[in-house]
Amino acid sequence: MIASGFDITVCVLLCLCALAAVTGRDTFRAIVFFIVYGLLISVAWLRIDAIDVALAEAAIGAGLTGVLLLGAFGQMGSADTMAREPRGAVLIALVAGAGIGAAVLFAVQGLPPEGAGLTAEVLAQLEASGVGNPVTAVLLNFRGYDTLLESIVLLVALIGVWSVASETGWGERPGIVHHARAGGTLQSFGRFLPAIGLVIGAYIVWAGSSGPGGAFQGGTVLAAVAILTILAGLVDAPRVTTRWLRWALVMGPGVFLGVALLGLFGGAFLVFPQAVAYPAIVAIEIVLTASIALTLVLLVLGPPREAPQ
Amino acid sequence: MSDWYLAIGIGLLLTLAGALFRVWRGPDAADRMMAAQLTGTAGIALVVILAAASGDWAMLDVGLVLALLAALAAVAFVKAASPNGAGDPEEDDLS
Amino acid sequence: MILDAITMVLTLGGLAFFAAGTLGLLRFPDTHSRLHALTKADNLGLGLIVLGLALQAGTPGNAIKLVLIWALAMIAAGTTAQLIARSALVSNLRKDDGDRTR
Repeated sequence: MIASGFDITVCVLLCLCALAAVTGRDTFRAIVFFIVYGLLISVAWLRIDAIDVALAEAAIGAGLTGVLLLGAFGQMGSADTMAREPRGAVLIALVAGAGIGAAVLFAVQGLPPEGAGLTAEVLAQLEASGVGNPVTAVLLNFRGYDTLLESIVLLVALIGVWSVASETGWGERPGIVHHARAGGTLQSFGRFLPAIGLVIGAYIVWAGSSGPGGAFQGGTVLAAVAILTILAGLVDAPRVTTRWLRWALVMGPGVFLGVALLGLFGGAFLVFPQAVAYPAIVAIEIVLTASIALTLVLLVLGPPREAPQ
Repeated sequence: MSDWYLAIGIGLLLTLAGALFRVWRGPDAADRMMAAQLTGTAGIALVVILAAASGDWAMLDVGLVLALLAALAAVAFVKAASPNGAGDPEEDDLS
Repeated sequence: MILDAITMVLTLGGLAFFAAGTLGLLRFPDTHSRLHALTKADNLGLGLIVLGLALQAGTPGNAIKLVLIWALAMIAAGTTAQLIARSALVSNLRKDDGDRTR
């Protein structure tokens, strides 16, 4: 009774936030509603015991999306309200949205009532995966392909962002150069928080081998505190041509690919023999964390641009 | 006990709904941002309540991440409100 | 049993402070007074809830994590309160300046 009351309240608030984010004309208000929406989604994931997803949503929503959208808002100048869309576009969007909603409802109706998916199979093979967290076992062992390709997609996305740099901006630092009052609140906070963030980020990566956590969630936390040091004007983002930066970006997918190729000796591409599965997965997770964190920082900062004279 | 926690959770969601009204009304950007900050704190409370309600204390890690990054959006907001999006409100001399 | 009762009282008290914070956010007349409601009441509310749950957390590790969550939330609240208040003050002054020169 009370449990469904809680769930219904979460759902109602989620719908209200989503509506408020897309219907208002005020850009800033839409951004704030989107931030709250992310927070509520994280709570919703917890209600269905998807702690790993909730962790990723919490880190991305609280640490990156808000910074990205508000940073863009700060660069927009005076465009505080959005232009009114043509009525036809609204109608098409409404029809498309209703269609997708109906399709999802239909699909949910069709799910088997005891929809456990592949949980039983995964748990039966968990021993062989080398790790104790079924989500990590799926992501890095049973379905390693997906994660390998995703880590490469992230890198390609960064190349996409960099490719829109202007000719004079190339080779410079990404984003705008931030500054803050020396010794002020912002700067002190920027000095203090990353120390704790580093520990928590590392802890979440480490926790991923036995419970909720992992390279993506931990990497996102590290990226968020790194961005804070840049916003506080304490650290300048590295120039995009820096050699160590390039190496660090490709290191994660590179090591993953290398270990996957080593699997050829044990039988096939991406196969980890049980004896070495744990060290192999932990090694991949650690290097992948560093690459993911750096890639996310650079994605949020945007393309390199010439510093104003 | 689990029902008690969820009942508290519903209460927290209702306070969060009140804050959403302030996000809608404003009037200033600072009012909206403050209300978002309140939903952030309520969200942390919700996560720890859910951890207790389900008995799965691994959920606390989600609360840890939310609490660690709770100020990031507000920092980005004051940056966006500064003249060229790169400053700090404390840099301006008010006298 | 007694422990459960203490947890109930503490979490209910926490909820009351959250409700008070929201009430202040809705009813107080201007930006800076609304900031009061927010940063003080809410963190006391979170503190009471955290304290109530720490009694039930089983292991010391979980209890420490709960207290760490509260500590981080308070640091965040203190920082954002100062930054948002200052930002609102600066932008209001800027607005007034604009009005005067017009």
